[in-house]
Amino acid sequence: MAFRKTLLTAAAVSLLVATAAKAEVELTVYTAVEAEDLKRYAETFNQDHPDIKINWVRDSTGIVTAKLLAEKNNPQADVVWGLAATSLLLLKTEGMLEPYAPKGVEKLDKKFVDKSNPPAWVGMDAWVASVCYNTVEAGKLGLPMPKSWKDLTDPAYKGHLIMPNPNSSGTGFLDVSSWLQMFGEKGGWDYMDALHENIARYTHSGSAPCKLAAAGEIPIGISFAFRGAKSKAAGAPLEIIVPEEGVGWDMEATAIIAGTAKLEAAKTLVDWSITKKANEMYNTGYAVVAMPGVAKPVEFFPENLVDKMIDNDFEFAANNRAAILEEWQKRYDSKSDPKG
Amino acid sequence: MSSYLRIRNLFKNFGDFTALKDISLDIEDGEFVCFLGPSGCGKTTLLRAIAGLDLQSYGSVEQAGRDISDLPVTQRDFGIVFQSYALFPNLTIERNIAFGLENLGKSKAEVGARVTELLDLVNLADQRKKYPAQLSGGQQQRIALARAIATSPGLLLLDEPLSALDAKVRVHLRHQIKELQRKLGVTTIMVTHDQEEALAMADRIVVMNHGVIEQVGTPTEIYREPRSLFVADFIGETNQIHSTVTEPGCLALGRARLRGQTGELAPGQKVVATIRPEDIVPHEPAFREAEDSDSLLEVTVDEMEFLGSFWRSRLTGAALDSEVLYADFSINAVRRLSIDEGKSLTIELPPSRLIAFAAAGSAGETHGEHG
Amino acid sequence: MASTADALAAAGRPPKARPIKPRLGRDDLIMRGFMAVIALYLVIAIALPLYAMLSKSFSTYSFDLTAYEFQVSDEVGNFDAPPVSAAALNDELQAVSPEDLSTSSDGRLPATSFFPDFSFRSPVMYKIRGTSADAVYLVGTERFSGTEWREVDSNNFRRVMLRPARDIGFANYVTYFSTPALFQSIENSIFISALSTIITVTLAFGFAYALSRSCMRLKGFFRLVALAPILVPSLLPGIGLVYLFGNQGMIKELLLGESIYGPIGIVIGSVFFTFPHAMIIITTALAISDARLYEAAECLKASRWKIFWTVTVPGARYGLISAAFVVFNLVITDFGLPKVIGGQYNMLAVDIYKQVIGQQNFEMGAVVSVVLLMPALVAFAVDRQVQKKQVALLSARSVPYQPKPNRRFDWLAFGYCGLIAVFIVGLLAVCQYAALIKFWPYDLSLSLKNYAFDLMDGGGWDSYYNSIQMALLTAVAGTAVVFVGAYMVEKTKGFETGRSLFQLLAMLPMAIPGMVLGLAYIFFFNEPANPLNFIYGTMAILVICTVTHFYTVSHLTAVTALKQMDREFESVAASLKQPFYKLFRVVTVPVCLPTILDISIYLFVNAMTTVSAVIFLYSPTTTLASVAVLNMNDAGDIAPAAAMGMMIFYTNAGARLIHLAVSKGVLKRTQAWRFR
Repeated sequence: MAFRKTLLTAAAVSLLVATAAKAEVELTVYTAVEAEDLKRYAETFNQDHPDIKINWVRDSTGIVTAKLLAEKNNPQADVVWGLAATSLLLLKTEGMLEPYAPKGVEKLDKKFVDKSNPPAWVGMDAWVASVCYNTVEAGKLGLPMPKSWKDLTDPAYKGHLIMPNPNSSGTGFLDVSSWLQMFGEKGGWDYMDALHENIARYTHSGSAPCKLAAAGEIPIGISFAFRGAKSKAAGAPLEIIVPEEGVGWDMEATAIIAGTAKLEAAKTLVDWSITKKANEMYNTGYAVVAMPGVAKPVEFFPENLVDKMIDNDFEFAANNRAAILEEWQKRYDSKSDPKG
Repeated sequence: MSSYLRIRNLFKNFGDFTALKDISLDIEDGEFVCFLGPSGCGKTTLLRAIAGLDLQSYGSVEQAGRDISDLPVTQRDFGIVFQSYALFPNLTIERNIAFGLENLGKSKAEVGARVTELLDLVNLADQRKKYPAQLSGGQQQRIALARAIATSPGLLLLDEPLSALDAKVRVHLRHQIKELQRKLGVTTIMVTHDQEEALAMADRIVVMNHGVIEQVGTPTEIYREPRSLFVADFIGETNQIHSTVTEPGCLALGRARLRGQTGELAPGQKVVATIRPEDIVPHEPAFREAEDSDSLLEVTVDEMEFLGSFWRSRLTGAALDSEVLYADFSINAVRRLSIDEGKSLTIELPPSRLIAFAAAGSAGETHGEHG
Repeated sequence: MASTADALAAAGRPPKARPIKPRLGRDDLIMRGFMAVIALYLVIAIALPLYAMLSKSFSTYSFDLTAYEFQVSDEVGNFDAPPVSAAALNDELQAVSPEDLSTSSDGRLPATSFFPDFSFRSPVMYKIRGTSADAVYLVGTERFSGTEWREVDSNNFRRVMLRPARDIGFANYVTYFSTPALFQSIENSIFISALSTIITVTLAFGFAYALSRSCMRLKGFFRLVALAPILVPSLLPGIGLVYLFGNQGMIKELLLGESIYGPIGIVIGSVFFTFPHAMIIITTALAISDARLYEAAECLKASRWKIFWTVTVPGARYGLISAAFVVFNLVITDFGLPKVIGGQYNMLAVDIYKQVIGQQNFEMGAVVSVVLLMPALVAFAVDRQVQKKQVALLSARSVPYQPKPNRRFDWLAFGYCGLIAVFIVGLLAVCQYAALIKFWPYDLSLSLKNYAFDLMDGGGWDSYYNSIQMALLTAVAGTAVVFVGAYMVEKTKGFETGRSLFQLLAMLPMAIPGMVLGLAYIFFFNEPANPLNFIYGTMAILVICTVTHFYTVSHLTAVTALKQMDREFESVAASLKQPFYKLFRVVTVPVCLPTILDISIYLFVNAMTTVSAVIFLYSPTTTLASVAVLNMNDAGDIAPAAAMGMMIFYTNAGARLIHLAVSKGVLKRTQAWRFR
């Protein structure tokens, strides 16, 4: 009897020890990274840091940003890993980010690091606008393959274009912002006026136009390359077009939320997020990553993508966002019925 | 010895409406009292105040020397039966009766024995496993009664217990309840709007109207000596003739002058003279001298209606002006005097039975004191 | 003889007036305690969040120009000129109009606005400071505040942005009503709701009429089919419609070139999901029509047509009005359907989402919520009035109508109901078919790959299990809270004000659109100062929100059942010195068990399908199936969205079957007394 009791105690103690050894820090990480990639990201990270457990809070860019802003006075997140830089800039101007220069930040492309010192955020990979062109449906309708943004204003495309609404989609906003940067203020709006005539409807999600193009629901969708490549890989009759004027882009980036109680673990995560290993990990889905020389070509990604990325002025985008969206809404959103 | 239930200066207000006005009442131990009155007179309100279900606004209630004015229902000592029976539909008869017996520290066997005893008492021993819906209305009422007395309360309250039943069952159950009450000796208050029920069952009747007690008395007192026009009218049937007091003990009815009970009514006052139809008798000088010549009246029989044991006769007469009297003549008298429609006859209104009350609307509700 | 005492007596008061105050027994205290707890729940779950939302809609942002001062140097960098405030500069220049000063929380105002001759190449230096510690400005993306002077060169001065300060006022409403893109939605919402209402009520009336006035076959089947849309989220029909009428739709030719994305899609989908609600109400209204009226009409040799217009329609008018308002309310507050198939057609409920999620403009979201609250409140108030009249009709003694066979009419009714059944079943079948197709329209082979939810946005299979968990918790906790609350209101004595207040609170949720409730919850529960903050982001807040959202109907159901219980049960139990909770346990609950089961299945089904209330509240660990449908559809994963939607349908259908079986079993066991 006594023996059994001892055995039980021993078991209990060893169990306790085992738990203590595995004692984890749990980090609440907000992200907009595609759901299918999350598990891989966490697993790769845990290979190096098994003691930090990541609790993902995943949603689309807009929702994660809204959530973070809503929680401004009482942040729930410790780290943001994989959110649009535009959103992070917004959080930065609200004073919500903890400035931190992760180890090895100097190895990253300057474009991918916040300009402040220490930087409030560091980039991971770029997320580039593209046009998804369904060869089957376009063929049926006799629509030629567009080569440039300007081509899309051709009346032939009337009603055969879909793009995301910049008021609800980060991708939509990066398109609008890039047009304004490339064509200038007046030229940009003129371009959008013309484009609007051809748009069948604006979607709420940035990936939807490409998925809809993949499904043949629309012949041409303005979306981003990553989504197009994935759909193409899934067997959709898609061509991913990089308009020759250049394409807007945003990056997924990482930041520490100011006031986190787990600063050490957060720093560990951010340090790791810019390592070569991490960059290689990003490269499985994204053709452009923050660390120069790491990226290998990704299957189905258009080859000239990197060259066509414009010199995106994130500050311009962040500081003019409210005004741009208001203008956009005034011009295009009151149109209640987008027929014809 | 002070009475079992003492009610003093009870008021009940619902907003601006006063449902009970200054009610004071004593009920003796073991007494069977009926609260009688038309609907809306406050009788149920008074019962519910005594039970503590709807507390009075002012005034006190004492039960067996204990002030229970503001006690919650659970701390009072009574059993109650409602018009709806309020039997728990999903419990068997025995569980309904046992409901109040559980958690009193009694064993299952003790409870069972008490239930059996009660079921025997109401003659429903064979129904114990049934559900209420499987019993007739009368049976359900008996179960409700058994449940109310299960814990041997000091006071039994019956709120219109018989009015949902049909006439035959009602008469039968009247006896059963009365008998049971005598056997148990439990002080009982029953609310009813049925005067027949009250007269048959009560030791004393409390007649209520418009939130006040009109009269308290034994059934015979209430019937024979009503103290207000309302009581006279509400209990049994009565003739009401507009008249005037000429002098104390004297009334002017139409052109006739009759002796009657005027109490303290002042000469010259407009009054309503009342007399019950059965108190009007045909004058038979050969048979019996009139009490007083001032109590005779010449009338014509207008109509006669045969009601089994007597003839209800509609009487008019020159002396009555346009007033009409109804009299109940026995079959014997009708045969003996050959009373028939269209015939004239002299009737006697015995002065002790002709009672005057102040006409409604005249100053005060003071009535003719007499006797 | 009128003495003072008499006068007092006449006044309903004894001379020495000392009112009796009831001494509370243990039961009273417990009951009041319970009622207080549930009332507190309702206050926390409705009143306070709504208040938080209302105040948010009045919380404005504007640039406070008096809060900033500038100093400009000469060409060589000497600051000789005196400091000048932005307000003074603006008075002089009129650079920024007062309307432009009011902005959103994200507003920025370039400091260069006040310096018309500014050039970023000039050697002039600038200094900026706030006059109070709260004045915030940005240099580039760097945030600064406070009264310390900060020097910037011209090249950086163009990057200086003023940030707005918080204030209170009507500015948000002014902005709303001066922005056509926003207030256009009011018209759109009302138009769509009115049109859907007319169509749904007409169709449902025909259906209910056929069910109650004909002798056609398969009545039970038709009734079952008509109820099916209740089991799916409102956005599922939208997905089905995309497959039918979208650009790759199976039968898109039927639309004659019109686009399904927009009003047409919203109206068809709305008719689908509101149909059962209207049908139930109208069937009830027709069921209480008095057969004697028909007999009278037939004796007068009135034609069927005339009877229809003179007896049937007037008899069911309250039901029709009630159905109309319920449908109107459902459509105008629905969010999922216009989101899925509305295209560019803006509606109020979607605007809230766009403002909050798309633009993070919480204040404007709150304003749209308040706007959306108005038609919902009106519809609700009218419906309550009508319901009261309907009840009065119900209690009248009437003889139920028994239809007589009529070959022609019965076949007509059968055909009509058949068409509607085909519409409902068809739409569901399309969703199920689409869910099983590998890659519509290019690869039509069957596959289960659309069920690999874990590879999609929306939370994967976890969201499905979360939904079931949430629905179960809602059903159990909600039923308990609702039933106990209804019991307390219905069966306690005294405490009148408390009880009527409780009634009011219990009626309120019906008038609150789900979107509005959800948004109000963010504002209220996510406030760090709120001691209940800890439930934010948990399953608990989803359950609380859902219970609250569906509180009113459950409460009314419970109250109706309790009203049928003898009012004197409590009196009897008290006179027998038995505590009320014994009565509650032994009598009330068993007798009301069928109702309790009805309430729980109602809560379960709605918790499975609700989107609007929880769209703002779910967290990554508490993603829900209904929200997953929306998010997957949003991301273009339409087939998986259909698959998940059908999972919800099967789950709810299963729950209904279980409910049916349990009800039967329980009835047999506990309701034996019902059968003589």
